[in-house]
Amino acid sequence: MLLRHTNSDIKERKALTVNPAKTCQPIGAMYVALGIHGCLPHSHGSQGCCAYHRSTLTRHFKEPVMAATSSFTEGASVFGGQSNLMQSIDNIFAIYEPEIIAVHSTCLSETIGDDLGQIVAKAREDGKVPPGRHVIQASTPSYTGSHVTGYANMLEGVVKYFAESANEKIRQVNLLSGWVEPSDIREFKRLLKLMKVSPVILPDTSDVLDAPMTGKYDMYPKGGTTIPDMVSMGDSMVSLGLGEWGTKKAAVALDNKCKVKFEITDIPIGLKATDRFIQALSKAGLVSIPESITDERGRLLDVITDMHQYLYGKRVAVWGDPDNIIPLIEFLVDIDMKPVYIVSGTPGKRFDKRMSEILSERVPEAKFKNGANADMFLMHQWIKEEAVDLLIGNTYGKYIARDENIPFVRMGFPIVDRIGHSYFPTVGYLGGIRILEKILGAMMDKIDSTCPEESFELVM
Amino acid sequence: MDIIKGRQTQILTKGEGPDKIACEKKSLAGSVSQRACAFCGARVVLYPIADALHLIHGPVGCAAYTWDIRGALSSGPQIHRLSFTTDLKEKEVVFGGEAKLYGALTYLIEKYHPKAAFVYSTCIVGIIGDDVEAICRKVGKEKGIDVFPVMSEGFNGTKKDGYKIACSTLSRLVGTNNDFTPSKPSINILGDFNLAGEFWILSDYYRKMGVDIISCLTGDGRVDEIRKAHKAALNVVQCSGSMMHLAKDMKEKYNIPFMKVSYFGIEDMSEALYEVARFFKSGEMMDNARQLVRDELQQLLPALQQYRVKLEGKKAAIYVGGAFKAISLVKALRLIGIKTVVVGSQTGNADDYKLLKDLCDEGTIIVDDSNPNELSGFVQLTGADLFIGGVKERPIAYKLGLGFCDHNHERKEALAGYEGMLNLCLCL
Repeated sequence: MLLRHTNSDIKERKALTVNPAKTCQPIGAMYVALGIHGCLPHSHGSQGCCAYHRSTLTRHFKEPVMAATSSFTEGASVFGGQSNLMQSIDNIFAIYEPEIIAVHSTCLSETIGDDLGQIVAKAREDGKVPPGRHVIQASTPSYTGSHVTGYANMLEGVVKYFAESANEKIRQVNLLSGWVEPSDIREFKRLLKLMKVSPVILPDTSDVLDAPMTGKYDMYPKGGTTIPDMVSMGDSMVSLGLGEWGTKKAAVALDNKCKVKFEITDIPIGLKATDRFIQALSKAGLVSIPESITDERGRLLDVITDMHQYLYGKRVAVWGDPDNIIPLIEFLVDIDMKPVYIVSGTPGKRFDKRMSEILSERVPEAKFKNGANADMFLMHQWIKEEAVDLLIGNTYGKYIARDENIPFVRMGFPIVDRIGHSYFPTVGYLGGIRILEKILGAMMDKIDSTCPEESFELVM
Repeated sequence: MDIIKGRQTQILTKGEGPDKIACEKKSLAGSVSQRACAFCGARVVLYPIADALHLIHGPVGCAAYTWDIRGALSSGPQIHRLSFTTDLKEKEVVFGGEAKLYGALTYLIEKYHPKAAFVYSTCIVGIIGDDVEAICRKVGKEKGIDVFPVMSEGFNGTKKDGYKIACSTLSRLVGTNNDFTPSKPSINILGDFNLAGEFWILSDYYRKMGVDIISCLTGDGRVDEIRKAHKAALNVVQCSGSMMHLAKDMKEKYNIPFMKVSYFGIEDMSEALYEVARFFKSGEMMDNARQLVRDELQQLLPALQQYRVKLEGKKAAIYVGGAFKAISLVKALRLIGIKTVVVGSQTGNADDYKLLKDLCDEGTIIVDDSNPNELSGFVQLTGADLFIGGVKERPIAYKLGLGFCDHNHERKEALAGYEGMLNLCLCL
């Protein structure tokens, strides 16, 4: 038993996080930057941060992930990192030739007081940024929030820098896509096309983090939101932000800068969240909902009904990021499962409120916690108290799954031991069917492999 | 091909241009380096010690990214595979994190009863000035166990500097048990991390020769074994990048000689066994070693033949962490008819690169602290068929349509020893 040291005796922990259900801000900033065309993320800090983020993203996507670093030394830590960043900007434009450098800070550069805005402004003044090229920045101190906070901060930085208003509305919708997979972005595009809504999707990781093998290595793959598109966001009819934690800051910034009204809705995971998403699109784009989408909804409902007996009353443990697990929990409740344990390392007061709304009536016994000490260790202790039938979350649940022999569906970030997330969406009605397929597959495989011979059945 | 200004001296082509390569330099700001930081170096070296507590004092990221990242296997306790962090927040950055560290450390020691504890200091801990040493001393005294501060602030240098920091920490643990007298000729294995169970293969070889292994630093490591490591007659050092510092230190302190070996490839593996027998001046041991090599080769060589037929004449690019490993790989590849056309490392020193240069064929590109652009350029320039590297090189190789073999943390098959040679071929 890999986690044999864990027991059900839960003690208040003030000072300690064990097996975290989150990571730090800069990786979120890096993720956003990768969804912009021709953009090189840059980590302003020690070399390790950048190496870790690249390794983690590479392990999740099985794709090359490029990012540069200011390579702080002891000297830089004492005297400030300005000269490192200046030299970096010089080197990057000279050699890697990106259209955009997206600089994010780290705990180190924040603590020593480097002001990214001021350093980047100086770089511009000194002519280190060639014409037509851009340097954007976001402050992402690792000791505040989580990787989701870093995502939100960089997204805000991007729209603040690029979006411009020419005071002439364009018939398009800004879709701030939230922390989702390239496959999900492709699904958004498909749905938007069916709805006849023309969008600017930011960030857009499709054709970047799911690039085909061509025999050629492109440092900047063909995907990613382009500069003209980002500039035009200032004249869009409306912004639709998917997930409050990831996208609200950027939506507000767009409203403040360019007077683009916004609506925040959940990432469309499951039935109701997809309903809300489709309705929001229909309202934002001033279009009606085509029959083909209504049919997709019907198919999802059909699968739920067909398989309801295997789902009803089953206890589920879920961990992940608020924007992703709030609609997921809602979906689980809708299909009559019981999400009883929920943790998210990402802080935010609204989490409790949303969870209570979804759970208080239907699953009053549910335990949920986010922020400090909401970690995988606590999750495991809860499970030790009373077992569950299913686990849903990122790869880090595999220790619990093995020790407790519980079926495990991988969703979230990072997934470093399975594939599929880059290619098969979990958003939209069809994504809902895929989630069901995965849940049922995992639970029914366990039934088949462990049930007594006399109750083993061919047809299920 | 475009090379970042200031990096030209870290690249050379054998038979052309300058004779010497610049290395052991800090990475240039702005380069997409494949290297990590001092914390990473210290953490990967120490974490295989499976019955010790490893607590990371810093914001959450440093712990999250190093949670069980390296397949360092343990035959017993698994505490090292958990991720403990003080998860520092803004409040502690302003007011200091000492209280939090004290609380976490006490709680963990009470809960897990580890044999010893390592507390890793990260970038901002160095900046906010927590007295990690003092807290470790205090808790150590209160709880009656050894608590070692690992001063591995990321900005303290590259991964290699982190190795050094880990070695100085280990050197405080070595020699803390004097009640032990080895009964047989005995050695320590330095610099094997038991990835995919490689240490188990090696210990089996040495045991068959009649040599005892007192401790392995640090694969499948145990605190109590390391305490008596100074009783060994010899230190056998692999992956010289990470453990040389400790070997030198033990030579100075305890007068234990060391030898550099490599377990990759037939020649180097056999030499590693013979060298030990020669050291102990034991005919019996040498006979045992010869017998072992004979037995292993009898099985291995016919099995290799089928691969050689397929692999003969192929060209390989190698980019790995330590240069010593690169050297072994060049030799191992040569044995199966593969020519190395690009070879580089993140952390090699001048001696390593001189050896590499002498070993390689004319025209081979040798590179220190490279980056994806350079690597993909070199690969295309030389027409390599295969790439041997780590996690960040893998997808690049695949995009270029090259075969890839992981020779780093993510290897799933043992690549050391005779078994390893066969696994390498299979992989290629």
